[in-house]
Amino acid sequence: MASLKEVRNRIVSVNSTQQITKAMKMVSAAKLRRAQDSIMQMRPYAQKLGEMLATVSAGTETAFESPLKKARPVEKVLMIVVTSDRGLAGAFNSNVLKATLNRIEARYAEQARRGQVEILAIGKKGAEALARRGYKVDTRYTDLFTRLSFVAVKEAAEQIMAAYSEGQYDAVELVFNEFKNVATQIVRTEPYLPISSDTTPGPAGSASSVNYLFEPSEEEIITELIPKTLKVQLYRAVLESNASEHGARMTAMDKATDNAQELIKELKLVYNRTRQAAITKEILEIVGGAEALSA
Amino acid sequence: MTNMNLEIITPDKKVFGGEVTAVTLPGTEGQFQVLNNHAPLVSTLGRGEVVVDSGTTKQTYTIDGGVVEVLKNKVLVLAEAIL
Repeated sequence: MASLKEVRNRIVSVNSTQQITKAMKMVSAAKLRRAQDSIMQMRPYAQKLGEMLATVSAGTETAFESPLKKARPVEKVLMIVVTSDRGLAGAFNSNVLKATLNRIEARYAEQARRGQVEILAIGKKGAEALARRGYKVDTRYTDLFTRLSFVAVKEAAEQIMAAYSEGQYDAVELVFNEFKNVATQIVRTEPYLPISSDTTPGPAGSASSVNYLFEPSEEEIITELIPKTLKVQLYRAVLESNASEHGARMTAMDKATDNAQELIKELKLVYNRTRQAAITKEILEIVGGAEALSA
Repeated sequence: MTNMNLEIITPDKKVFGGEVTAVTLPGTEGQFQVLNNHAPLVSTLGRGEVVVDSGTTKQTYTIDGGVVEVLKNKVLVLAEAIL
């Protein structure tokens, strides 16, 4: 049986671990609120942008052409993988990695064998893990979370779109954690480029009843709007992932705190039992000694 | 004087919302001004200054591209970023 001192030391160490997990949980809760706020701030913009795109495309008869829409035979693939910078968030990062690898296996196994699958990692954890697996990882935007703003995300999206237009990639996919609620994150895999043609023309009808003046022309406005919606799509993914990360860490740390509590309870029991055993032993020895004297 | 409603939104936050009498916008084809009862309009915006005139005060925002929609005295500016 462990000595009293050992048990006491363990109790102290579990206690300080519990304090750390409790603090991390509280920090995550605060950060989660901020992350949720920025999602809220982004929503009206995304919504209005979608409405505007619907309004404009309802006014045009001809389908627009854009280099971002053109589908090509898939030779080179870019996976945008959104993970976090830090660990200790439960299965948060490993879920995204698993989904990414599954996706590559299922859709792009051929390209992967030829080394034509590239990764654009947002978040350190994904960059490290995928580089270890031998993928070519673009780390230019890995530290996006340290300076999280639309401007930073916009830059990344512009780079991706430019690379796609130049034919550097033939398909771009996006893997990220979607924030459902604090305890649940859903891993989503979305095609990013080329844009699927069925999503872009909005519901025609109601909006077209107003005679808008278009400046410069409908087509030009649409070609302006498409990249904007793509930027917003990436920004949304990053924000969702950010909120999910804090949610996942919060639940993970909450569980860790509970576990530590349980452990402390058990250790205390062991400690008290050991202490009582020692006392009983001492009494027995004294009694035994006294009896030996009187006999 | 009758006013129109103006909103300036970026993905990061809502920058401006309220009643104004006139707003000057940096359209890609050149600067233009929207007054009360303007015809419905959708236009792309370039990098430049948005001047918000609320009758007594003037405020200026520098935006980095965007789009504007004018409909029934509601002016909606979606800016990519405020510089």
